[in-house]
Amino acid sequence: MKVRNVFLVALFISIMMGSYAAGQKDANVIRIGVAGAHSGDLASYGIPSVNAAKLVVEEVNSKGGINGRLVELVIVDDQCKPELATNAASKLVSEQVVAVIGHICSGATKSALGIYKDSNLVCISPSATTPMLTQSGEYPNFFRSIAPDDAQALLAVNFISKKIKAKTLAILHDKGDYGKGFADLVKEYAEKSGMKVLLFEGVNPGAPDYSAVVNKIGNVSPDCVVWGGYHPEASKLVQQMRDKGIKVPFVSDDGIKDNTFIQVAGKYAEGVYATGPMDTSKLPMAVKAIEAHKAKYGEEPGAFFKEAYAATQALLNAITKAKSTEYEAISAALRSEYVDTSLGKISFDAKGDVIGFGFSVFQVQNGAYVEMK
Amino acid sequence: MKLSKFLREIRDSLGIAVWFAALLFPVVVMKVSVVSGAASVVFRWQLVPVVAVAAFVLSFVWKRAQEWSAYRSTIDKSKTPMARFRKSVGATYQKRGVKVSSIILFVLAILAYPHLLGMYHTNIMITALIYVILALGLNIVVGLGGLLNLGYAAFFAVGAYTYGLLWKYAGPMFVNAGIQTGWLFWIALPLAGIIAVLFGILLSLPVLRLKGDYLAIITLAFGEIIRMVLQNSGDLTGGAAGIGLIPRPWFFGIKLRPSGAAMYIYYITVVLVVLTIIVVRRIEDSRVGRALEAMKEDEIACEAMGIDLVRNKLVTFALGAFWAGIAGVLLAAQTTFINPDSFTLWESIMILMAVVIGGTGSIPGAIAGALLLKLLPEYFRALAQYRMLIYGVAMIVIIIFKSEGLFPRNRKKYTFQSDVSGGQR
Amino acid sequence: MDYFLKLFLSGTAKGSIYALIALGYTMVYGIVQLINFAHGEVYMIGGFTALIVGGFLSTLGIPIYLVLLLSVLISIVFSSAYGYTIEKVAYTPLRNKPRLSALISAIGLSMILQNFVLLSQTEKYLSFPSYLPELRFLEPVREYLNSTQFIILVTTSVIMLFLTLIIKFTKLGKAMRATSQDKDMAQLLGVNINNVISATFIIGSALAAVGGVLICSYMGQINYYIGFVAGNKAFVAAVLGGIGSIPGAVLGSFILGWTESMGTGYISSDYEDAYAFIILIIILVVKPSGILGKNQKQKV
Repeated sequence: MKVRNVFLVALFISIMMGSYAAGQKDANVIRIGVAGAHSGDLASYGIPSVNAAKLVVEEVNSKGGINGRLVELVIVDDQCKPELATNAASKLVSEQVVAVIGHICSGATKSALGIYKDSNLVCISPSATTPMLTQSGEYPNFFRSIAPDDAQALLAVNFISKKIKAKTLAILHDKGDYGKGFADLVKEYAEKSGMKVLLFEGVNPGAPDYSAVVNKIGNVSPDCVVWGGYHPEASKLVQQMRDKGIKVPFVSDDGIKDNTFIQVAGKYAEGVYATGPMDTSKLPMAVKAIEAHKAKYGEEPGAFFKEAYAATQALLNAITKAKSTEYEAISAALRSEYVDTSLGKISFDAKGDVIGFGFSVFQVQNGAYVEMK
Repeated sequence: MKLSKFLREIRDSLGIAVWFAALLFPVVVMKVSVVSGAASVVFRWQLVPVVAVAAFVLSFVWKRAQEWSAYRSTIDKSKTPMARFRKSVGATYQKRGVKVSSIILFVLAILAYPHLLGMYHTNIMITALIYVILALGLNIVVGLGGLLNLGYAAFFAVGAYTYGLLWKYAGPMFVNAGIQTGWLFWIALPLAGIIAVLFGILLSLPVLRLKGDYLAIITLAFGEIIRMVLQNSGDLTGGAAGIGLIPRPWFFGIKLRPSGAAMYIYYITVVLVVLTIIVVRRIEDSRVGRALEAMKEDEIACEAMGIDLVRNKLVTFALGAFWAGIAGVLLAAQTTFINPDSFTLWESIMILMAVVIGGTGSIPGAIAGALLLKLLPEYFRALAQYRMLIYGVAMIVIIIFKSEGLFPRNRKKYTFQSDVSGGQR
Repeated sequence: MDYFLKLFLSGTAKGSIYALIALGYTMVYGIVQLINFAHGEVYMIGGFTALIVGGFLSTLGIPIYLVLLLSVLISIVFSSAYGYTIEKVAYTPLRNKPRLSALISAIGLSMILQNFVLLSQTEKYLSFPSYLPELRFLEPVREYLNSTQFIILVTTSVIMLFLTLIIKFTKLGKAMRATSQDKDMAQLLGVNINNVISATFIIGSALAAVGGVLICSYMGQINYYIGFVAGNKAFVAAVLGGIGSIPGAVLGSFILGWTESMGTGYISSDYEDAYAFIILIIILVVKPSGILGKNQKQKV
């Protein structure tokens, strides 16, 4: 035991030595953190934001930076896991960033925000849509360049009642924070508007077979089926539903509004409705951003690219106009300034939600998502 | 090495290289992409030589390593350089001056850690230390008691949620009454331990008659059921949305900023780790500990000696659960946000890995295993997407070459040596 | 009644899906008492190989049924090779070492295989084109049981029959039974246990490959992570029926499938996994070695 003690001590000390981070921070650089899922199964939702931030910063730096100071990005990965998010957040704080673009998933954002709030850091997310993040008032330092889930759910319910004219609903979700959150809100709004929710259940993400639940749907015969969650389960559900002859409309959230859903579901994706961020890809600034991405990375940008692009633009604009990197100044500038971005002219309201940008309903027609007016 | 043997080895390695190149061909070389329901394949021929060469080299290295490992087990342990190094270090260590000063150095290093390295590294170390407590707890169940527990994360969750629910339901009362919420942590700590113990007893009830892998599967089922209940009872426990804004402990009435709070939690964690080590060590040497080990070795002999198996199993699970409960409160205080996703089957497996890789049943082993398993991925961040792959490879390499674990249990061995006169010593 | 029938058939379909993977688990456990965590990954690799090979072949313009046949055969060959290699590299060195070590090796292997596929291919979900034929005679009952489910059911039954015949009537089967009873004694009697163990892994992996192709065709998609989830369920099914027993694995899988289906259909889908686990606990409490499991008598 004694020699082992010595060994353990040596191990411990060498770990410490090896991890000693000498950090003389260059004070003349403005550091911005970018946090999200850059590896793991949700990486496809996080990597485009990193690319967006990089493109914006490159452009700003090429014009001399902000008030003469160059902008530098500190990129950290949280794999959308809360415990890794707190690590990522502490890393950013210790790297002395002045603001953060991120995180990507609502759960991870929640756990990181505590640290940012106590360190007085502004945090703008391009994709965290849980309503309570802005509406609870708990996080005055949080902003987002995407509309919250309640806007999405309300839009979906209105669409279902007015356009699809359904009277009864079956709502399914993946038991996750995002999916169940959306499902809960849809249920609330649907019941408020007089529709009956015949079925409200959660399914296991990753299970191979949903025929039992699909049988259950068939048994209650709703006018419309709503799904809260992501595309892998959605495509299995749609396939097994259509197979069993359930032809009613299928409506879902922006978790499936991705080309991968159409790829995987194939012909079963036809006619599926999904809510998603408004299509602003025809705006000149958006076109420019997409072209820049294609030029640098050789492919079309992925999920939340435009939202992250806009968030970075708004943040850098706020720092420029406020002529300061102080929390209060940036916060105030974000709320008072209107910025021309890839999402249009946007600003942020008192709670931190974006003004000037919202959701639309899309439908899969002939193998592609088409915005419904 | 003789030439013929060398040539034969080259031939074998070539065979292995060809085998792997062929085996891995579809997955590595043929990259598939599916567009509009039609799959198409792109051939990355340049990877073929890479795989072949890697396999060739590695098979050589592997064979050498296996030979060395076999050689190592046959030699007299006391004559190896490592043993001599140990003896010489041990000899210097015996001197009082060296012992005292190294202990002081160690203690200073631990105390100064957060100040030297900042919040980020402190947070990582807190997570690692929480894991150490978990590994020590599981070590009691798996190492001492010999009961394979694949659902240990359930007790971890119970501890974390005790604190979370305490905050959710008792917190508002505290705030209204003007009492500092920092006290909740200290209330939660023992409470979580007790509730975890209750759950441990609950778990042991159905497994009393089971053995080996059947017992393991029930523990797995238990772990998953707990997680499912937490996930589905949204109204009660917050479900997938979890419980957030959990308060950190206050430092004698002062609410600390995150960096200060991190330091404070770090010190609390260190104290708890030390406590855990002391208690677990004492248990090991006590009647309870010996009864557990007897149960692990041979249940029938155990019963024949008058040890009540039922009580033993209960005690094993309860003891193990206690530490997980405590660790859970620490986790909740550190991350201030908990949800069922942190307590999956994979977590239980990770803790089990820490115990086995460190050396089942040995305390330094559990500590080393936990530190290794938690600190390596953080420091490997630079390797980005290859991280998990290297992690898996490291696990297998360690377990194949050191199957008893890094620091195997040093059991007291009594050997008989008969001398020429025919007697026994 | 109609609803009950639909749920029953759903459960049967689910059960046969689990059975395809559970059989491999149970065979390996029966012989070497090892929970082969990497089995789920072999299943996933079987699916990927079929996708890759099928994708390549379909661009050559061969008739569909030939693409199906060839991709299944080739994926069986490759999965068996993977199983054989895995056994030789990761399990053989640990054969006489503590059991927990082999378990850890299996877990490490599972991680390696998952990440290996992730890095070589992609993290995305890929659409899995099904080359399985649409059976005409099932058209009218499509809502109850579709073609793919039927094919899976038939395949599982055939495999189970086939395996039972092998175990009972062939020399290899006898050797397997002997090895699982007492390895050392079997060796003394002249059984080459290395070959027996390798053969077991090969057969088990071949089954996993078949499972991979069929189940991925059914789901319509494939991803590097599906092995882990499927593997866990199948493992529970194998234990339920008595691990080490082949009819037990199939029985356990069906019971699992029916329980989940009925539970979902009549109670709620939220607790789908819980029903399975609760049944497992009940059965193991009543019969500690699983339904068809052999009672291990412990000698003093």
